[in-house]
Amino acid sequence: MSRIPGLKTRRNAELGLLAFAMVLVAAFGATVEANKYDKLQPNFWVPAALLSILFLGLHLVVRYVAPYADPVLLPMVALINGIGVAFLRRIDIANAINDKEGPPGIFSGIGGRQLAWTLIALILAAALLLLIRDHRNVSKYAYTLGLTGIVLMMIPAVLPGSISEVNGAKLWIKLGAFSIQPGEFAKLMLVTFFAYYLVRKREVLSLASKRFLGIDFPRGRDLGPVVTVWLFSLLVLVFEKDLGTALLYFGLFVVTLYVATERSSWLIIGLLLFFGGVYIAYLLGASVGGPFANFYDRAEVWLDPFSQANYERVSGNSYQLVQGLLGLGTGGLFGTGPGAGSPLSVPEVQNDFIFAGLGEEIGLFGLSALLVCYMLIAIRGLRAAIGVRDSFGKLVAGGLSFTLGLQVFVILGGITGLIPLTGQTTPFLSSGGSSLMANWLLIAMLLRISNAARGPATGGGGAARPGPKKAPTQLHGAMTEVIKP
Amino acid sequence: MNAPLRKSGVVLFVLFGLIFANLNWIQAYKADEYRTHPWNGRVVVAEYERARGVIEAGGNPLARSIETDDTLKYLRVYPKKEIYAPVLGYKPVNLGATGIEETENDFLSGESDKLIADRISDMFTGEKTGGGNVLLSLNTKAQEVAWKQMVNNERGAKKGAAIALDPRTGAIQALVSMPSYDPNQLVTHDKKAAAAAYKELNADKDQPMLNRALSQTLPPGSTFKVVVSAAALENGYDVDTEIPAGSVYKEGGATIRNAEDEVCPSGEVTLKEALTESCNTGYAKLGVKLGADKVKEKAKAFGFEESDLKIGNLQSKDGLPVAASHTGDIANPDGSTDKSALAQSSIGQRDVRMTPMQGALIAASVANGGDQMRPYLVQKLLSPDRRTIYTASPQTKSSPIDSTVAGKLKEMMVSVVENGTGKNARVDGLTVGGKTGTAQNAEGADPHGWFIGFAFNDKGEPVSAVCVMLENVKGGHASAEAARIAGLIMKAAAGGGGN
Repeated sequence: MSRIPGLKTRRNAELGLLAFAMVLVAAFGATVEANKYDKLQPNFWVPAALLSILFLGLHLVVRYVAPYADPVLLPMVALINGIGVAFLRRIDIANAINDKEGPPGIFSGIGGRQLAWTLIALILAAALLLLIRDHRNVSKYAYTLGLTGIVLMMIPAVLPGSISEVNGAKLWIKLGAFSIQPGEFAKLMLVTFFAYYLVRKREVLSLASKRFLGIDFPRGRDLGPVVTVWLFSLLVLVFEKDLGTALLYFGLFVVTLYVATERSSWLIIGLLLFFGGVYIAYLLGASVGGPFANFYDRAEVWLDPFSQANYERVSGNSYQLVQGLLGLGTGGLFGTGPGAGSPLSVPEVQNDFIFAGLGEEIGLFGLSALLVCYMLIAIRGLRAAIGVRDSFGKLVAGGLSFTLGLQVFVILGGITGLIPLTGQTTPFLSSGGSSLMANWLLIAMLLRISNAARGPATGGGGAARPGPKKAPTQLHGAMTEVIKP
Repeated sequence: MNAPLRKSGVVLFVLFGLIFANLNWIQAYKADEYRTHPWNGRVVVAEYERARGVIEAGGNPLARSIETDDTLKYLRVYPKKEIYAPVLGYKPVNLGATGIEETENDFLSGESDKLIADRISDMFTGEKTGGGNVLLSLNTKAQEVAWKQMVNNERGAKKGAAIALDPRTGAIQALVSMPSYDPNQLVTHDKKAAAAAYKELNADKDQPMLNRALSQTLPPGSTFKVVVSAAALENGYDVDTEIPAGSVYKEGGATIRNAEDEVCPSGEVTLKEALTESCNTGYAKLGVKLGADKVKEKAKAFGFEESDLKIGNLQSKDGLPVAASHTGDIANPDGSTDKSALAQSSIGQRDVRMTPMQGALIAASVANGGDQMRPYLVQKLLSPDRRTIYTASPQTKSSPIDSTVAGKLKEMMVSVVENGTGKNARVDGLTVGGKTGTAQNAEGADPHGWFIGFAFNDKGEPVSAVCVMLENVKGGHASAEAARIAGLIMKAAAGGGGN
């Protein structure tokens, strides 16, 4: 990949930001040990150093195969990932102290496992960057990916509960000690498929419509896919007992559709369908129960978590939500400091509620900083979508970025009581390999697309900046692509 | 396609803005409420970070905190288990505290203003000095004798109470309530086990958590004759004044008999003899002669009808609440005196109800020359490094009788123990006086046995006043056993042998 003189790669800025992020991660780990053991352990620096080496490796891959990639993405994700590892290690330390054991080893416990998962996730991300030099090539496998995505998403729903259910949500495939959440990967595949499908259909979707009540309604046969996916997401909700996943898939589809067609009527239709579906599910939960009961319980608990009845329910009580809120409140503005809070009083603090556990220790200011990091990642992703010159790339980058942002909103909104709680992972922070791997693949894809957006145009079409525009590259199999200014 | 992408960015900004606003609401506005919320386990953990002070008596720790390697750093332990439970109460993990643990909570936990200097020095040293220590007035020997004698009483009574105090100061020397409970099971850090233990104690029909010495009122029987005697002595009667008696007395619908036929069968008997032999007919007639107002007034002077008495720390006026004792209305519906009720009330029956505490206060007033001292339990407050922060300075609560009447009552009550129904209370080396009581209660139920009394040492100083009550004692003479136990308690309180 040749570099164009005068076009800045900003790779050194990336390296500098990365170093700063790792210093913060090391400081977090050191503070934890100082608080829990009253002194630093001799190997307190090892996790941060290992992470630094891993991220440095990915940085070098980016430097050589995607030199124009956005320099902010990698350091931001590395910071969140690093804080995640440090916080999970902090939980291991608390558990070890409770069990009257010495300090946990670097690779033991959930913190050590997360460190190992980070290594695997970064290898996957590097592999993706190395293998796919032009994001448009992915479109060749769009149908395969779409089909695989749907299958992956459905597997836990059809598997028996004993190997697919954790805490009431059927989202897993458990094989002994090893478990993966296939839905995390399905998300990436479905985005790719949606992008490909919509690029091909966008003309007919955006133009062939009837105007009714001031809204342009597409023809019934073109509405087919959106209704299908909507019903599909409701099925996921019913069988996997998870509103968050349904909301994510559906939001993802509606937004890609909206971006592809530039018709806000899709947003309105999508929102009406979604909230209509949710409301019907709520009513069904109240009357019929069955698979909807779990959802109904969550809605009830969300409406009044601090009522005695909801707090002491036998199943689906508000205990976790309340303890999370009490943890956040205890943290206050500045937090108790890493290692000085009591995150173990919040159930599942290593997964869904990691933000509440962190919030107790780093306070409102720390959480706000993390929130800004997430927002920067999503906004930089959208920035890449705006900058890239082909529709497929725009839709993929836009869809992935929006999904990531939406996922952060859904889980944080849930644990802060803004929306009903759904069991989503907090990207890059929560313990768990599937989520970490899938989200790093997502970042690799954004890096790849941002490289195309910020770098010189390559391949058969596109224009090298700052020259005049040429016709864009034809997408594989696409016939009707038109780029609007 | 860029316009909708930008709009999607705006949507994300709005969503993240909502999260940010909500986090501000939780972590800034609601923070204090959440930090101190009763469901916030951190509140309890923080409370247990500092060792709670010791509650002690006579050099023995009765409630102390031991270090654990639990989440809650200190565990409260009560080494003497049920013996002191009615006084100490308990300090559970997530229920309300009771007893001295509750009333002196600020001092024991170290939050009290009196310990502010220690808290400030903690800020500089980084140490966590424990809470302050509470030294009780209890005489551990008297308390333990009282407990041992009560639970091993020779008449098989299962319920009862005993209380002893120093008549000169009001310092409580012993306070026992039977049956009792082991507070250790209620303060365990295993909250489920604690809740289950509480539930079981609460459902027990014998009410082990009821403080019978302070909170339960029962008909006092003949012990009430001391009050009637005081009223008589103030209204022209003397120790040797002959009063009408006889074996049977009918007044209105009531028939009053003596406990046995040989008690005051003759028509007249002196006041002193009437008390010594516990002559029912004599006191019923005497009460009717005096009138309801004089009897009720005298009872009130001794402390009946007082509902706000608390026993604890004289300085703070906080303490264990004492239920009000009552004489009842003794009146017909039209407001005139109900003479049959008055006759029965004069011998401590009908609607008269008394706490053992009140019984002890009557005896103490007589022993202390007519002055009733305010009873208290907290002798001293000590800082964590055992500097004395507070020492109780005794207060006179009231003077129900003058010293002349007190002297005459003392003479009569000593006669009860030396020649009459209270012989079991005699103690070598002490001058003991008192009054027995066998109180009828519900139809067919066994009577309650009472004894109120006092002891003077060889220097003529009143060293102890006591009230022992045994509920539902089978067979006759229920009060004899109460008198025996009272004598042993007073002997221990006066520094005598401790068996």
